[in-house]
Amino acid sequence: MPALCRDCLATFDAGRRCPTCRSPRVTVHDELFTLSIAHMDCDAFYASVEKRDNPELRDKPVIIGGGKRGVVSTACYLARIKGVRSAMPMFQALKLCPEAIVVRPRMDAYVEASRAVRALMDELTPVVEPLSLDEAFMDLGGTAKLHGAPPAVMLARLTKRMKDELGLTGSIGLSHNKFLAKVASDLDKPRGFSVIGKAETVEFLRHKPVRLIWGIGPAAQESLDRAGIRTFNDLHRWDHDDLVARFGGTGDRLWHLARGEDARRVAANRPVKGISNETTFYEDTGDPDILDGHIWRLSEQVSGRAKARDIAGSVVTLKLKRSNHKIVSRQLHLREPTQYADTIYRTARALFDQLGDKGPFRLLGVGLSHLCPASDADREGDLLDPDAGKRAKAEKAADDIRKKFGKDAIVKGRALR
Amino acid sequence: MKFSIERAALLKAVAQAQSVVERRNTIPILANVLIEAEGDTVMFRATDLDIEVVDRAPAKVERAGATTVAAVTLNEIVRKLPDGALVTLSESGSSGRLTIEAGRSNFSLATLPKEDFPVMASSDYASNFSAPAPVLRRLFDKSKFAISTEETRYYLNGVYMHVADSDGGKVLRCVATDGHRLARIDADLPSGAEGMAGVIVPRKTVGELRKLLDDDDAQIAVSVSETKVRFATPQITLTSKVIDGTFPDYTRVIPTGNTRRLEVDAAEFAKAVDRVATVSSERSRAVKLSLDEDRLILSVNAPDSGAAEEELAVAYGDDRLEIGFNAKYLLEIASQVDRENAVFMFNSSGDPTLMREGNDTTAVYVVMPMRV
Repeated sequence: MPALCRDCLATFDAGRRCPTCRSPRVTVHDELFTLSIAHMDCDAFYASVEKRDNPELRDKPVIIGGGKRGVVSTACYLARIKGVRSAMPMFQALKLCPEAIVVRPRMDAYVEASRAVRALMDELTPVVEPLSLDEAFMDLGGTAKLHGAPPAVMLARLTKRMKDELGLTGSIGLSHNKFLAKVASDLDKPRGFSVIGKAETVEFLRHKPVRLIWGIGPAAQESLDRAGIRTFNDLHRWDHDDLVARFGGTGDRLWHLARGEDARRVAANRPVKGISNETTFYEDTGDPDILDGHIWRLSEQVSGRAKARDIAGSVVTLKLKRSNHKIVSRQLHLREPTQYADTIYRTARALFDQLGDKGPFRLLGVGLSHLCPASDADREGDLLDPDAGKRAKAEKAADDIRKKFGKDAIVKGRALR
Repeated sequence: MKFSIERAALLKAVAQAQSVVERRNTIPILANVLIEAEGDTVMFRATDLDIEVVDRAPAKVERAGATTVAAVTLNEIVRKLPDGALVTLSESGSSGRLTIEAGRSNFSLATLPKEDFPVMASSDYASNFSAPAPVLRRLFDKSKFAISTEETRYYLNGVYMHVADSDGGKVLRCVATDGHRLARIDADLPSGAEGMAGVIVPRKTVGELRKLLDDDDAQIAVSVSETKVRFATPQITLTSKVIDGTFPDYTRVIPTGNTRRLEVDAAEFAKAVDRVATVSSERSRAVKLSLDEDRLILSVNAPDSGAAEEELAVAYGDDRLEIGFNAKYLLEIASQVDRENAVFMFNSSGDPTLMREGNDTTAVYVVMPMRV
């Protein structure tokens, strides 16, 4: 049976240890060298970046998250041993693991690390579909000749390079479609390499719960429960037509997934539909000045991302989460698409004023959608706002200064609120 | 209540009234028209709480009284009756139905009590004047295309009617803008209008008002208060709330220092713009004007759909200029010109451009250029 050593990348014929380097990190599978759809998931990504950048944290449980009553964004594996999980309220996490060190997220560092990982993936195949900063699908079909090695070897090399060159670890799932690749990458974390072959697909899924399917949340789970569907086995018993009659389009997808079939392609450069940034406050606030500062900073972030991608948008969305977790969202269609922070801010601010809700709020978000190329944006201006042109020029000048002297070289007063 | 009325007179009155009624109503009575018969007239009253229309029609009233019925249904019925029919509407207090009879047709409509009908409170009209229908028609027709639909700038959702100073003294002026273009139309100040407070007449009211202005010989009685405006002919009274907001200082927006003058046949120009704009992208609709000595080249270059170019002979004697506009806005202002040539006054490719008809300064348009 084909086998691969993930430490020295040697390939050999079965065995518990690598014949070359004696490493036990060996993956053995019948279809190891024929499968080509992969999912790569970084291990405790934010926490790993923090540990890499600050060696003092290395042997301590680390939790990434914001504020005294924020939630856990990522927990390192040491913290996970104590039961800390993502999305867990911070107070609960600290009860489970009082010695944990809580680190405020440094998104810039994570974005940079993510780019470095992405660059390594891009060397493997042009078909990389990122799902978030720390995970992506890859289709390595047809690359074996080019690389002179089958996909499995290239993927093992990828994680090795990530560890050697970037100091980050990741887990690989290798299979024959996206659904199973994603399931596989989660089987053997951290530093895992799992394979689900065509032959064992149905058997593998049989007793697994349906919530394994990406996109089946608590609500979908409940409606499946009502239909008596808990495991893939339950799902397998349903007729195609009955599933469609009961769940519509999802039913068709479920029927295929029950057989381990997923026809979705790995889509490189999936078009972006919108750009949005949000922030959960350190503590709930209804202070208009503080909120105004947040609206500005978020508008600037959204604008920065639009500028970086050379795109603009014509719908601005303001999202607020009240203390009781109720979400309020308002949007406005602009007269013409924009990428200016100034325009996004003014629109979001107008939406906030219109809302007339005094809060307190726990989260605020600003988004830009209905995207178009930047060349279509900000072409007309506003007769009634003759100063808009001046503000646009000032913003461009400030952008140039930042490009040259760094992001904090110049900021607006309201950014300091 | 019981009265007989000629079908044409009834249709005119009911049609006018029902157009004010909103199609989707949460308050049932607002879908109804209030019919009041007394003496030798019948009044039809409809409202959306912002606008109220009262129509009077002569009728043979047998029994005075009042009731309300669904405006749209009544209108449909009357519309479908044969021309020249004599229609009898009657209601006996107890039945709660309005009976409509015409020839061999017989209808019975559900009614709602007249007491529930919201009659618009009368206002303290400080200014009252009379203006010929064609004058008001010109003021509103030439400005209404520029009314904004932006909800955040609600104070632009109407025509700003006010008294203004112009070179020839005080004028009655209508201004509308949406930030892309602006229209400023002047008329001689009618006597009695001198002290009128400026009001923003909402878009819907402008549309309803237009129906009063078709008759060239009609005189329209205009009454203005701080919160309401009223336009009346002997048959119809249109009362409307005005937009509660401050219209921006538009005078700053109208360029005074533009010196580059282009004169062009408006109809030719509009047709050419329309032709080249055919290939422009749905998103931008940008048209480039390239001006040189007595020559104008209109061009569109849309990378994903194609390119177009057309040359026009024009009167232009200034430096070369290239400036872009949204084709839709150019077409709209060009179509306002009906007698003489269109005169454009440009400054630079980034500044607002002014347009007027010949040397007539009583109708002035401003349009923002577009980066091309």
